[in-house]
Amino acid sequence: MGIAWKGETTRLLNCQLGNLVPLLLSVGLCVSGRQVVFMGDDTWKDLFPGAFSKAFFFSSFNVKDLHTVDNGILEHLYPTMDSGEWDVLIAHFLGVDHCGHKHGPHHPEMAKKLTQMDQVIQGLVERLENDTLLVVAGDHGMTVNGDHGGDSELEVSAALFLYSPTPLFPSAPPEEPEAIPQVSLVPTLALLLGLPIPFGNIGEVMTELFSGGEDSQPDSSALAQASALHINAQQVSRFLHTYSAATQDLQVKELHRLQNLFSKASADYQRLLQSPNEAEATLQTVITELQQFLRGARAICIESWARFSLVRMAGGAALLAATCFLCLLASQWATSPAFSFRPLLLMPVAWALAGATLYAGLLTTTSLKLDLVVLGAVAAVASLLPFLWKAWGSCRSKKPLPTLISIPGPVLLLLLIRLATFFSDSFVVAEARATPFLLGSLILLLVVQRHWEGQLLVPKLLTIPRLGSSTLTGPPRHSGGYALRLGIGLLLCTRLAGLFHRCPEETPACHSSPWLSPLASMVGGRAKNLWYGACVGALVALLVAVRLWLRHYGNLKSPEPPVLFVRWGLPLMALGTAAYWALVSGADEAPPRLRALVAGASLVLPRAVVGLAAAGLMLLLWKPVTVLVKAGTGTPRTRTVLTPFSGPPTSQADLDYVVPQIYRHMQEEFRGRLERTKSQGPLTVAAYQLGSVYSAAMVTALTVLAFPLLLLHAERISLVFLLLFLQSFLLLHLLAAGIPITTPGPFAVPWQAVSAWALMATQTFYSTGHQPVFPAIHWHAAFVGFPEGHGSSTWLPALLVGANTFASHLLFAAVGCPLLLLWPFLCESQGPRKRRQPPGSEAKGRVRPEEEEEEEEEEEEEEEEPLMEMRLRGAPHHFNAALLQLGLKYLFVFGIQILACALAASILRRHLMVWKVFAPKFIFEAIGFIVSSVGLLLGIALVMRVDGAVSSWFKKLVLAQQR
Amino acid sequence: MKDTDIKTLLYAHFLCIFSVILSVLIPSFFMEDFSILDTHLTWLCFCSLFVTSINLVLYLVPKPNASSKRSSLSHKVTRFLKCCVYFFVSCFFFHVIFVLYGAPLIELVLETFLFAVILSTFTTVPCLCLLGPNLKAWLRVFSKNGVTSIWENSLQITTISSFVGAWLGAFPIPLDWERPWQVWPISCTLGATFGYVAGLVISPLWIYWNRKQLTYKNN
Repeated sequence: MGIAWKGETTRLLNCQLGNLVPLLLSVGLCVSGRQVVFMGDDTWKDLFPGAFSKAFFFSSFNVKDLHTVDNGILEHLYPTMDSGEWDVLIAHFLGVDHCGHKHGPHHPEMAKKLTQMDQVIQGLVERLENDTLLVVAGDHGMTVNGDHGGDSELEVSAALFLYSPTPLFPSAPPEEPEAIPQVSLVPTLALLLGLPIPFGNIGEVMTELFSGGEDSQPDSSALAQASALHINAQQVSRFLHTYSAATQDLQVKELHRLQNLFSKASADYQRLLQSPNEAEATLQTVITELQQFLRGARAICIESWARFSLVRMAGGAALLAATCFLCLLASQWATSPAFSFRPLLLMPVAWALAGATLYAGLLTTTSLKLDLVVLGAVAAVASLLPFLWKAWGSCRSKKPLPTLISIPGPVLLLLLIRLATFFSDSFVVAEARATPFLLGSLILLLVVQRHWEGQLLVPKLLTIPRLGSSTLTGPPRHSGGYALRLGIGLLLCTRLAGLFHRCPEETPACHSSPWLSPLASMVGGRAKNLWYGACVGALVALLVAVRLWLRHYGNLKSPEPPVLFVRWGLPLMALGTAAYWALVSGADEAPPRLRALVAGASLVLPRAVVGLAAAGLMLLLWKPVTVLVKAGTGTPRTRTVLTPFSGPPTSQADLDYVVPQIYRHMQEEFRGRLERTKSQGPLTVAAYQLGSVYSAAMVTALTVLAFPLLLLHAERISLVFLLLFLQSFLLLHLLAAGIPITTPGPFAVPWQAVSAWALMATQTFYSTGHQPVFPAIHWHAAFVGFPEGHGSSTWLPALLVGANTFASHLLFAAVGCPLLLLWPFLCESQGPRKRRQPPGSEAKGRVRPEEEEEEEEEEEEEEEEPLMEMRLRGAPHHFNAALLQLGLKYLFVFGIQILACALAASILRRHLMVWKVFAPKFIFEAIGFIVSSVGLLLGIALVMRVDGAVSSWFKKLVLAQQR
Repeated sequence: MKDTDIKTLLYAHFLCIFSVILSVLIPSFFMEDFSILDTHLTWLCFCSLFVTSINLVLYLVPKPNASSKRSSLSHKVTRFLKCCVYFFVSCFFFHVIFVLYGAPLIELVLETFLFAVILSTFTTVPCLCLLGPNLKAWLRVFSKNGVTSIWENSLQITTISSFVGAWLGAFPIPLDWERPWQVWPISCTLGATFGYVAGLVISPLWIYWNRKQLTYKNN
């Protein structure tokens, strides 16, 4: 019987009323030498395949079904018991649990179910033999509603019933039995079965079960208890030793105390064994000491493992919320004309440094340990202080809050829905499907809203006051069909990209897309070749699309190095990528002579592509202005009055004076050109492609970046990248279709644009085969270009895997985001006069003084058509403001996402799924946010760089004009 | 606009709601194991049929729009055929939209299509009855300040609420409550139905509430 643990032929009968007992399972695992029979919930089948000598599984899927599992068990339970072919018999009844969920604890059905369970236990008790222990355990209780999963007292306490025909306890069981931690079942059952206690166990054996029954001597029973405890303590001590050697998170002092306690108790126990005639008092001391040790060990582990610092959680959430709020606030401030940019950077840094120093100084004076996390938090709070002060000031003075929240209602609702989904584990698991749904809703909402407001029927440019009078003759530009076609195209792209999905583990019915695996894993030459052709086709299509786009805006004519790179470097990169794919996917089929060559090439090719990409980016940063100036024809024209000038402009005043002159000059040139027929002579200063100088640089950078990222993915993801480019192109067009940009006032990127962009970043994260869980990370990305591994270096593989995982965040935020601001300008020029003008001849002028490098954002001008120039000339401030606002809005949308994730993970910290769903989601979201913000800064820096280059280009033009 | 108009509208809407209720009750008289969830497709057909017929009766018999001056038979027939074509086109259009939104392409194709049919019944059929096969009028009604009568106003409200209901119906699908209605088209069809009914209830009330502000150009 189980009780007499001296006899090793223990039999165990285990009835469970409830869900799984994960802790008991370790017993199930280690009983491999025994005959384990299982009946009940079929979840065990997947958890322990092949662990049972005999098993009767019944479907537990339907929560409403109270009887299938239980009746199935009852059918087999007694025959199996009587047959005697078992050492451990596990019967997992599920009816009570399902009944609790369905009806709650106070329902007649529950009474029936409980009566049935009573009868089962009675029947078992009648059939028990003397060497058998019946264990009836539930692994959780239920709330008054019958549910569970939380950490309330009702949910975490359950009954434990032990019975054997042989008396178990030396005396009658107490009226109010003590509560036993669930972890203690494992060592107890293991020892009763005569098995070693599992290594990771921190439970404590139930000593009463080892007393040896009522007939034994008190002494010997105490000795048996001490022996069991000693075995248990040895195991726990070994575990503590190994664990504390591997990690540092256990308290050293307490650990020492426990070790001392254990050695003392061990020594006492050894002494006791050598001289068994010692007094009973010593025995009792040993037992007490061992129990103290075990409880202390459990306490120290629990404290270390289940430690949630509520203060830090709340502090972090408050900090995040404050930052998000300030992002919103600052994005509103940025539009006000009196907004100055310089304090925006300097003040927070200064405050943060001051705060951090103050805190560090305070700690050193009080000689406390410096916690880097707290230090960072203090610095962050300090950096927020000036903004909060300003917000408080403006709030007190006049500004009402509603004007601050400028998000339109439907978009706000969509954002709120998205945030709410982070609090449900089902929705986090299903996010790969929910995000395209929300994105599609937003897209259709945009289309419908355009229609609703009548923007689709009216020609857009007619509504805008114009300086030039005569250029509009064409029909309405954006008919309803145009927007609808864009919307449907976007939905189609989203849907197609959704075909490349990877299923989360939690949905067993779902099948991951087979297209996510690399081509090398495919068998069958023909299909493989076809797929390879499709992938290369996607590469070529991407390349051709980008070149066509650049040609459309005329940027391909420029002799500048970046254009040369687009002409020759990009095809070379595509070629390298295609060759690498060919080698990798066919590496096994290569003849042995060529093995070395193939290995070498698969090492060199990715590095070459990355090198090319880096060179391309460098070129782009060096000479970002892709403009073709028709020099040589410029001099004869002297019609415009340029004030005679002595020497190059030396001061701000000079430039301020000259620049408008140049503008006016160019404007007249342009007008003259429009009036004249084309056959007339060459123009004076024809600056081509200025109209798209920013976007051309952005798109080039985007393409150059996409290639190395593509290399890190499986081959077939190239199709997704193509879709991604197409999708962003369509979305930009759709968004641009509704934005009236030519008003002289502040430029602004609407919230729906930013939200759609952020949603698309998330959607692409999923459609490139990722999931926010650690097992789904594409580790193979670390070996691209490093087929032999990295040796001891860790940062490089981490970088590669990170780039693979957050490729969409990087692409969208880094280079894509400023396009949201620039695109409406492009579309406008493309609008009415596209057909009548040679493409790309829109000139675009902007100037800013170059003398003061720091004042990057002092004076800027952004515009598309020379006709608009004079009006926009008066609003130099707005380009910077719009860029800043765009960045802040994007960060806000991502910021509230992490805020929601962080809140979900901290509020639901006792949830069943916290480590499986919420915490990984939070970690991925947080890293994605970091990548996004770094990328955003880089993208804006690129715009700034183009800006600087354009102004120096204009300066040169000024000088050329003078001579 | 008079209060009697609103009253007529209210009664008409009650009839529509009644038709939805009838579609639940009547089939259970002559079908053995009829229930909304288990024999969902049958219910969808019945509901579509009932709502369509009530709409036809409501809008065509008293002729609140009283538009067609030419009442030759051939004109009527072409008009009817045109309406049918519009209805089927809208069904296919909705089907395509559903698939683009993430509905499975091949499996459950009948269910998806019937969902498209029921949504068309709630949205396209009243449009067809009230405005006729005239896309321009539709576009006018569904834009800002485009409505010219309380009938068009209520049409706007019911249509939008049906769409919103269908959209909201998609949200419970990923949840793990394991309820039988949490399956692909069922929650959406139920959502659309509830949205339609809610729209029918809300629109007379809303119009009554705002009767002072509402001024229609041609009324």
